[in-house]
Amino acid sequence: MTVLIPQSLHDALAAATANPDAQIIQGGTDLMVEINFNHRKPTDVIALRRVDEIRNYVVTADKKNVVIGSGLPYREMEHGELAKLLPALAQAARTVGSPQIRAAGSIGGNLGTCSPAGDALPVLSALDAVINLRTASQSRDISVHDFMVGVKRNARQPGELIISATLPINNGWQGYAKVGVRNAMVISIASCCLVIDRIKGSVGIALGSVGPTVIRCRETEQWLSMQIDLKNNSIVAPNLLKEFGDRVAKESKPIDDHRSTAAYRRHAVATLSRRLLTRANTQ
Amino acid sequence: MSANSEVYDLNVNGQKRQVRDAWVGESLLYVLRERLGLPGSKGACEQGECGSCTVIMDGQAVCSCLVMAATAVDSQITTVEGLTSDNSLTAVQDAFITEGGVQCGFCTPGLVVAIEHLLDTNPDPSQLEIKEAISGNICRCTGYGRIFEAVNTAVSTRRANKL
Repeated sequence: MTVLIPQSLHDALAAATANPDAQIIQGGTDLMVEINFNHRKPTDVIALRRVDEIRNYVVTADKKNVVIGSGLPYREMEHGELAKLLPALAQAARTVGSPQIRAAGSIGGNLGTCSPAGDALPVLSALDAVINLRTASQSRDISVHDFMVGVKRNARQPGELIISATLPINNGWQGYAKVGVRNAMVISIASCCLVIDRIKGSVGIALGSVGPTVIRCRETEQWLSMQIDLKNNSIVAPNLLKEFGDRVAKESKPIDDHRSTAAYRRHAVATLSRRLLTRANTQ
Repeated sequence: MSANSEVYDLNVNGQKRQVRDAWVGESLLYVLRERLGLPGSKGACEQGECGSCTVIMDGQAVCSCLVMAATAVDSQITTVEGLTSDNSLTAVQDAFITEGGVQCGFCTPGLVVAIEHLLDTNPDPSQLEIKEAISGNICRCTGYGRIFEAVNTAVSTRRANKL
């Protein structure tokens, strides 16, 4: 087994292209669990922890988007400028594991593992994030919806590195909510991100942990935009709020597993989505 | 830089320590305990959930069970053994004793390291900030009340020592 620790993005891309089958490790919070339990024994590892170019974020010159490096730890998204620009991402980041995990974990790790329970993924989905992937010679952008293929399966090709996620700076309300068995240090049983675009008059609703990948509730989004004026802060009537949650639950595809039941998860996403829509109308 | 041989160096508690005859996929926790004779960091869950293996790496509290040791060759690592250079106790360790924050003791080293890290970065934390800082450290004996008391005592002691 070999461990490479490239010190620049250039060297990391060269290493990944030269050895397409190498295991990529970012914060280690997923991979090391598998190694510790003998579920995986990689032959070659490329560690990205010293690649500074992917451990930051930039606001684009037109101030319309934020490009978040795949290795930026969740800790950096909880407070400060980034939290102001992307409140839903900050809320999701604060629910990741514990301070120890947030010092290590990153969006690149969530995308690489591609578990439907990845805390940042509903935010990326609701905001229609664009993922940048690179090899030593090529760069491509792919919608997060096309990137997430199935349970722990994604569209990353051998030899490619996940470089960044580009998220729009939204002008409307956005929020994230999650249910687990306790407040801290918990993998989500169900999660929801709601984003309102007041200029377009549209809404994005994405659910985590209730399907093989993160689920976008396109039908409910359509329905809601016809029921209320999303360009203005119109109050949602109680009967509409009830139907909204029911419609979100209907679009979820949960299963019974060791973490919860399908029935509870359906109930949870209905409640979480109603709660977020209520907050959107009162904050 | 690469660690593709079975020999690599780690910077632990201010000393350069050589790791040899080790599989390079081993966790930092395993290497600290089994290769470098530093059993203070405890192994319980091996999946980042319990915090008993917490160490300081490059100024951050992290779970050493989730760090591949061979990738940490250029990092500064502080374990519970390295909190003081002699055999004295830190204010946090002393407060754990006086406030009864230790029962079975298994979680204690991880909690001590997490709290040292908190107080080094935030010397006067609110109760909420204390809870947040140790939310990744699980104790099944104390119910946490005496641990919170220990943190409050350590805050006072550290403040008094500075005056």
